[in-house]
Amino acid sequence: MKKTAVYILLTLCGLVMIYPLLWLVGASFKSNDEIFSTVWFIPKSLDFSVYKRAWQTVTDYTMGHYFFNTFAIIIPKTFFAVISTVLTAYGFARFDFPLKRLFYALFMGTMFMPAIVTIMPMYLMWSRLGVLDTYIPLTIPALFAAEGSFVFMMIQFFKGVPKEFDEAARIDGCNSMQILVHILVPCLRPVIVSVCVFSFLWTMNDFLTPLIMISSVEKYPLSLILRLSADSTGNGYEQCKILAMSVIGLIPSIAVFGLAQKKFLSGITAGGLSG
Amino acid sequence: MKKKYRNPIGVKNYTGLLLIMPFIAGFMLFTAYPFISSFLLGLTDYNGIRTADFIGFDNYRRMFTDSGFLNAAGVTLKYTAILVPLKLIFSLIIALVLNMQIKGMGVYRTVFYIPSILGSNLAVVIMWQFLFTSDGLANQLLDMVGLAPVSWYGDTSAAMGIIILLRLWEFGSTMIIFLNALRDIPREYYEAAKVDGCGKIRGFFAITLPLLKNVIFLNLVLQVIAAMQEFNAPYMITGGGPLKSTYTLGMLIYDEMFSYHDMGYANAVSWVMFVLIALIVGIMTKLTGRGRADL
Repeated sequence: MKKTAVYILLTLCGLVMIYPLLWLVGASFKSNDEIFSTVWFIPKSLDFSVYKRAWQTVTDYTMGHYFFNTFAIIIPKTFFAVISTVLTAYGFARFDFPLKRLFYALFMGTMFMPAIVTIMPMYLMWSRLGVLDTYIPLTIPALFAAEGSFVFMMIQFFKGVPKEFDEAARIDGCNSMQILVHILVPCLRPVIVSVCVFSFLWTMNDFLTPLIMISSVEKYPLSLILRLSADSTGNGYEQCKILAMSVIGLIPSIAVFGLAQKKFLSGITAGGLSG
Repeated sequence: MKKKYRNPIGVKNYTGLLLIMPFIAGFMLFTAYPFISSFLLGLTDYNGIRTADFIGFDNYRRMFTDSGFLNAAGVTLKYTAILVPLKLIFSLIIALVLNMQIKGMGVYRTVFYIPSILGSNLAVVIMWQFLFTSDGLANQLLDMVGLAPVSWYGDTSAAMGIIILLRLWEFGSTMIIFLNALRDIPREYYEAAKVDGCGKIRGFFAITLPLLKNVIFLNLVLQVIAAMQEFNAPYMITGGGPLKSTYTLGMLIYDEMFSYHDMGYANAVSWVMFVLIALIVGIMTKLTGRGRADL
C-alpha cells in the first residue's frame, strides 16, 4: 500500500520533470494557435518541413555550420582538460613536494571562485592579446586545469587505485611518467569518461563566455545562434521554428548523456559536480 | 634542518611540483591575475578607450547611492534566499525516497537528473520562456484546474517565480550528491536503532542528518555560489523585468561592462559580489562549525 503511494508520487514527479521536454518536441510541429490552445504535447499532424526551415536558421549559415563551430570548441577543450586534469591530479594524489599544502589550499579556493569575478578582467586580457572573436579564450584555459572540480573528482578517484600498483611498476623499472601512462590511466578510464562528458555538456551549456568573447555571427556556437534566433523572432512569427531549433540544439547533449549515463551517474559524482 | 618529503625512492621532490605546473600556471593566469586586476580596475574610471584614471574608492562609494546596484543586490540575495533552501529540501526528500530500495530506482534517477544537465542549455531556457507566456502551458494548466491565469511576465513576484521554478526543475545534480551520500550510510545503523526502539523520524534526525552534514554543506555552498551568479535565465527569459524585479547582479555587471562601457564600475561590483559570496560562505562555515579541510 505504502509502496504504491510512493510509486504514484515518484511517477507524477517524473512526469512533471519530463513533460516540458516532451512539450518542446511536440510544439515544434504545431502552429502558433495549436501551441497556445492545448496542453497535450502530441501535435495534430507531423510536418517535418519545419525542421528543414529550422536547419536554415535565421542567418546565412545552416545549423550544420554552428554544430561544426561548437565541436571546434568542444573537441580541443575536452582534450586539453583531460591531459591537464590527469597530470595535476597525479601530482597532488601521488607525490609530496614543497608547498604542497599551500597549493592544495589555493586549488580548493579556485573551485569556489565565482566565474563572474574573473571573466571581465579575462575579457580585457584576451582583448589586449588580440584574440577576441577566436576560440582561444574558450579553449586555452582548459590546458591549465581551469576546471577545479574535474581535478578534485580525479584526485578522489586516484585515492581508490592502490599505491601498490605504482610500487610494483617502479620495482620493474618504470619511471613516474610510464607508471601514469601504462598503469594508472587504464584504471582511471571511468573518471576520464566523466570528465569528457561533463566537459561536453558544460561547454554545450555555456552561454556567458561565448557571449562575451565571440562577436561575429559566423563563429557563433549553438547557444549564441539560439539566442540570436529567439531575439529576432517576434511574437507573430512562427514559433515552431525556434522551438525546432532548440530541439536540434539539445540532441547532442541528450545523445552524449544517454550513451554515458550508466558510467557516471553512480559513484563518480561524489566530487560535487553539478550541472 | 632539511624538510623530509615522503616520496617513493628515486622520485625527486620536485616531480610533483612539475606535474601540477598546469594548475600553478593556470592559477596565476586565470585566477590570481584577474582577481587582482579586477580589484585594481575597480579603483579606476576605465572605459575601454581612454587611459584609466585612479579614482580611489569612488566606485565603491557610488554603489551605496546607486539605486540600480542596491536593487540588483537585493534581488540577487532574495533569489538566493528563496531558491537554495527550497532546492536543497526538495532534493533531499526525493533522494530519501529513492534510497528506500525501490524497484526502477535507476529510471527515476535518470529522469530526475536529465533536466539538471540540460537546464542551463539555452534551448531549455528558450523553452521555459514559452511555457510562461500569457496563454502558455503554465497558464493552460492553471486554467484546467480552475485557477485564474497569472501574468507571469507582468507581475514582479511571478517573474522571479519563473526563474526559481526553472532552477528548481534542475534539482537533479543536488539530488545525486545526496543520493550517493545516503547509500554510504550502512543499513546496520538503522537496524541497531530500531532494536533500541528508535522510530523512522527520530532515525532521520539522529542518524541520517548528522551523517549528511558534510554533503549538505557542500550542496549549500555550491548552490549559493551558483545562485548568486545567476545570469542566463533572467537575461534570456525576463530581461531583468518587470520593473527590474529579476535584474540580478550578474546582469548589472554585464550591462555596466558591455552596454555602458563603465569597466571600472563593473569590476568594482564584481569584487563586491566576490566579497558577498565569501562572506555568506564564511558565515555558513562558522554556523555549521565546518573547517576548510572538510570540503
